[in-house]
Amino acid sequence: MGFLTFKGGIHPDDGKRFSKDQPVQAILPKGDLTYPLSQHIGAPAQPLVKKGDHVLKGQMIASASGFVSAPVHASVSGIVKGLEQRFSPAGTKGECIVIENDGEYREAEHETVKPLGEMSRDEIVEKIGNSGIVGMGGAGFPTRVKLSPKEPEKIDHIIANCAECEPYITSDYRRILENTEELVSGMRVLLSLFPNAEGIFAVEDNKKDCIDKLKSAISVEPRMRVAVLMTKYPQGAERQLIYTVTKKAINSSMLPADAGCIVDNVETLIGIHHAVIEGKPLTERIVTVSGDDIVSPGNFKVLLGTSHQELIDAAGGFITQPQKLISGGPMMGFAMVTADAPVTKTSSSILAFKEDIVAKSRETACINCSRCVDVCPSRIVPARLADLALRHDEDGFVAMNGLECVECGSCSYVCPAKRLLKQAIGSMRKTALANKKRK
Amino acid sequence: MNENYNVSSSPHIRDRITSSNLMLMVVIGLLPATLFGIWNFRHENAWILVVVTTAAAVLSEYIYEKLMHKPITINDFSAAVTGLLLALNLPPTLPWWMGTLGAVFAIVVVKQLFGGLGQNFMNPALAARCFLLICFAGRMTYFVYDGVTGPTPLAELKAGEVVNTMDMLVGNIRGTIGETSVIAIMIGAMFLILMGVIDLRIPGSYIVSFVVFIVIFGGHGFDPQYITAHLCGGGLMLGAWFMATDYVTSPITSSGKIIYGVCMGLLTGLFRLFGGSAEGVSYAIIISNLLVPLIEKITIPKPFGKGGEK
Repeated sequence: MGFLTFKGGIHPDDGKRFSKDQPVQAILPKGDLTYPLSQHIGAPAQPLVKKGDHVLKGQMIASASGFVSAPVHASVSGIVKGLEQRFSPAGTKGECIVIENDGEYREAEHETVKPLGEMSRDEIVEKIGNSGIVGMGGAGFPTRVKLSPKEPEKIDHIIANCAECEPYITSDYRRILENTEELVSGMRVLLSLFPNAEGIFAVEDNKKDCIDKLKSAISVEPRMRVAVLMTKYPQGAERQLIYTVTKKAINSSMLPADAGCIVDNVETLIGIHHAVIEGKPLTERIVTVSGDDIVSPGNFKVLLGTSHQELIDAAGGFITQPQKLISGGPMMGFAMVTADAPVTKTSSSILAFKEDIVAKSRETACINCSRCVDVCPSRIVPARLADLALRHDEDGFVAMNGLECVECGSCSYVCPAKRLLKQAIGSMRKTALANKKRK
Repeated sequence: MNENYNVSSSPHIRDRITSSNLMLMVVIGLLPATLFGIWNFRHENAWILVVVTTAAAVLSEYIYEKLMHKPITINDFSAAVTGLLLALNLPPTLPWWMGTLGAVFAIVVVKQLFGGLGQNFMNPALAARCFLLICFAGRMTYFVYDGVTGPTPLAELKAGEVVNTMDMLVGNIRGTIGETSVIAIMIGAMFLILMGVIDLRIPGSYIVSFVVFIVIFGGHGFDPQYITAHLCGGGLMLGAWFMATDYVTSPITSSGKIIYGVCMGLLTGLFRLFGGSAEGVSYAIIISNLLVPLIEKITIPKPFGKGGEK
C-alpha cells in the first residue's frame, strides 16, 4: 500500500481499463509528417532545412535557438515540402516543417557512442540537449536545462515520475512494463551526472505490476529505489511529487533543484537512454489512444510528426462522431479543434469522448461548500480566487496566493455548482505573471 | 472536414455531484427527524405546519424570482431545505400562518434580498426563527407534549430540576418539531457524513467546545448526566449537524471551520448558562454567521511550499 501522499487531490474514475492491457503496437505513418518548431517551453527551434531538401531519419531539421530551447529531428527520410502554419494539438497555429515520407526510413549516421563511464558530464548533457529531449509528460521543458543546475553536487534525488495520475493515459504504464531496462538505463545516465543523488522511481499503488517489475530490475542497483505512492490526482504534479517523495515543498518561485530534486517523466528517461547509450535522437514516443468513442483503444509507438488522425485510424476509428477530442489527459489536456494535428514530443495520449460532460453542465451560484479548498493541492482558496479573477482584481488575486495555482483542475472537477474555477484562475494567473515580468 | 469538436479549457471531466444533489441529500438527512417529529406531535397535527412552512418557502422563492424576472431556482432544493429546517425549529402548536410568515421572511428578506443562493450571510431558517421569536414570543415558546403544556427539559434543567436523559435521547419530550429526538437527528447526520455532504470539523468543534464550556462554568463539574442533558436538550444537535454546517453561512477555510465551531460552542454555553432563556443555539449560530467573513479573513491558508503543505 502506498501511504506516501500530499494534502488535497481527487479520485476521478481513472478510465485506464480501456487501454491498460493493450501491448504497445508500432505504427508507421502513411501521410506527410509535420514538425512544429515549438514543441517545448522556450524559444522555438530554428529551421535548418528548406523546401525541396532531402532529409534522413534522425537528421536535425531545426536547431535550438537559445539556452531554453530544443532541436527537432526528422522521424522519417523524405523531402521537405515546406514551412507551413499548422494546428498544434493544443489548438494554436504555429510554424511547422512538413516532410513527405519516402517510406524508406534511411537513417542519418548515428553519433558515435562511448561507454557511459568514459563520457564527461558536459558531453552527456550536450548529447541529451542535441537529441531534442524535453519533458515528455506534457510540460515540454528542455531536459538539458533541467540537468544543468547551479550546484549539481546538491542534487540528492532524481525522481522518475512514474505516477501517471491523469485518467485514461497508459503510455507510461506500458513503457515501464515493456521497457523496464531502458528506463533503468536512463536513470543510470542521470545518476552518473549527479554523484550525490539517489534514483527514485515514484509509482502510484494502482500499478502493482510496474512496482514489481521495477523492483526486480533495480535489485542490483545500489543507488536506486522504488517509492510507492497513494493513487490520487495530481500525484504526478512536480511539486506534489517532490513533496510526497522527499517531504520538501517548493512554491511557485522555486525550482525542483532548490529542493535538491530533478524530476523526469518515464518517456523522457527512455529518450535519455536512446540519446546517450544508443546515440539516437528523439523521433518517437508512445501515445495512448482511448476514450469511450474509440473502437479498440490501445497504446501505439508512433513517429513524431504523425497526424493524430492516423493514430485514431490505427485504433479502429470512432464508434460514433465524438463531441470532444482531447490531446493529453482529461484533467489537463487540450481540447482539439481537429484530429489532423501532429504527434509532438509532449503528446501522451489522444482521447475521444462521445459526450462532452462540460458542455452539458450548467454553472450555478457558488454555495461555499469548500470542496475546492479541500482538494486544492496548492492549498489556496479557488472559490475566492475565481471571484477575484472575475472582478479583474489582480492585486487581490496575487495577495491571496493566486500565483501558486498549478492549474491541475481539481477545483473545477469537484465543484457542485460546476463553476469554471480553474479557467478563471488560470487566465488571471497568466495576466498577473505577464504583468509581473513587465515590471 | 466535418469536424465539430467542442473546445473548452481543461479539465474536461466533472464530478457527478451537483448543488441540487447536495441539497436533496440534506432533505433526505432531515427526514428521520421530520418523520419522528410528525409522529411525536401527531396530536398537535405537526404535519400541517411542516408541509405549509416548507411549501411557503418554495413558493415564495418561486414568486419572488418570477416577479424579479430572475431564473427560477426552486429545483435546487435549497428553498425546500430552508423551509423544512424552519418548520423543524417551530413548536408543533404554532399557527400555520406564523410558519408561513417565517418562511417568507427567510426566503425573501434573508436570502433573496441579499442576492439569492450563496449570498445570504445568515442562515435563513434560523434568522426566521429568531424573527418569529421576537414577534410571537409566547407562541414560539409554548411547548406541549401528549397534550400537557409545560417547560422543555432544558428549561427544567436550568431551573435545577432532574430530567430524564433517556427520554431526551429518544425524543419523548417537549420541544420544537424536529429537535427532540437525538437518535433521529443522528441517523440523518450519519447519512450526510457517509455521503460526504458534511464533515466533523464544524459540528465536532462546536460540540466539544460547548462541553468544555459547561464543564467549566456549568457548576456541575464533569457530571455526565448534566452534560448529556445539555447535549440532548434544546436545538443543539439539530443546530450543530444541520444548521451550523450550512455551506453558505460557514467559513470556506479548514481552520476557519474549527474557529467557527468554537465560537458557536462558547456562545451557546454563554447563552444557555447566563442568558435569560434556557436555549441559545439559534442565536449562537446566527451571531457566528456574522463572524464568518472575519474568520475567513484571518484563516486564509498558507499555500503549498510556503508552509501550507503539512
